[in-house]
Amino acid sequence: MQITVKLFATFRVGRFAEATRDYPPDTRVADIISDLQIPEKEIGMIMLNNRHAEPEQQLHDGDNLALFPLVGGG
Amino acid sequence: MEELNRFLQDHAEGDLLPWSAQVAAAGRFGVSLAQVEAAVLTMGLLPARYQRNRHAISVGQQRRLFRSNVAVIGCGGLGGYVIEELARLGVGTIIAIDPDVFEEHNLNRQLLSSPATLGRAKVEAAAARVAEINPAVTLVPIQVAYAPENGKELLQGSQVIVDALDSIQTRLALAATCTELGIPMVHGAIGGWYGQVATQFPGDDIVQKLYRRWVEGKGVEQRLGNPSFTPALVASIEVAEVCKILLGVGETLRFQKLSINLLEMTFASIGIES
Repeated sequence: MQITVKLFATFRVGRFAEATRDYPPDTRVADIISDLQIPEKEIGMIMLNNRHAEPEQQLHDGDNLALFPLVGGG
Repeated sequence: MEELNRFLQDHAEGDLLPWSAQVAAAGRFGVSLAQVEAAVLTMGLLPARYQRNRHAISVGQQRRLFRSNVAVIGCGGLGGYVIEELARLGVGTIIAIDPDVFEEHNLNRQLLSSPATLGRAKVEAAAARVAEINPAVTLVPIQVAYAPENGKELLQGSQVIVDALDSIQTRLALAATCTELGIPMVHGAIGGWYGQVATQFPGDDIVQKLYRRWVEGKGVEQRLGNPSFTPALVASIEVAEVCKILLGVGETLRFQKLSINLLEMTFASIGIES
């Protein structure tokens, strides 16, 4: 199935800003995170089709997944 | 009061009251510059310093800003610029809350810092700066750390709270305090080339959502630091949000996160549903 992944801020470094890729049918959010080698503890927010999502959630063909790192300075 | 008003009317140039006349009035009638400012604005005159605010901001709106009370939590990277801009904008009362003193590593970005202020309390430097640039507005320095235990007492008099913190944990607590008090909060955070701004109205619980995956510790700022331009930009957006909230104009970043990437020059507005 086709999943579009959007990465923000530091997550883009060494990866991409946006990519649409083919993933196996049972892929969960956590699988993509791990596939991209993004440490879970660096994630601030996960948005799946513009809604907040948990890593355990299953993905479906055509989904849009956005990953935001923690930004906390001031 | 009538005499003061007459004096002001006599010394107005058009509908502008020059600073020199404001100072003279304070001296002559034994009142504070803030009291004269209030009188000027109440009469529908404009302190001449604000003439370049018009007509983005009307005299009536300037009066409203002067009568407003905004609390800024943090006087560091974000806070320094927020305070400078709120004071120049003409917000009448600015509460500055920060327990720290300046250290050398602040100098790359913290507007209130200089070699001369190292070791000085940040809120004191804030008070001195505001007294220097706009003596008609009042900065109330509070050299304590905001915490849930003292939060309500510190913030209950303010119309808007500005997040200028450097701790995710404290931000989450602040957002909860603001919701409890029924006060809108402008959230901002920075790290390296990146920043974000969102506006939370009471009950929105947006900040919790922005940091939903957070468990502990800091964000990208730990590794990337904070160059001078990132806090300046994010702080300025926060101040624009404050202005809109106080005046009830424009579109705020309510239910939106503005995600700023200065390295790649992308600005994305992410919808955050309630």
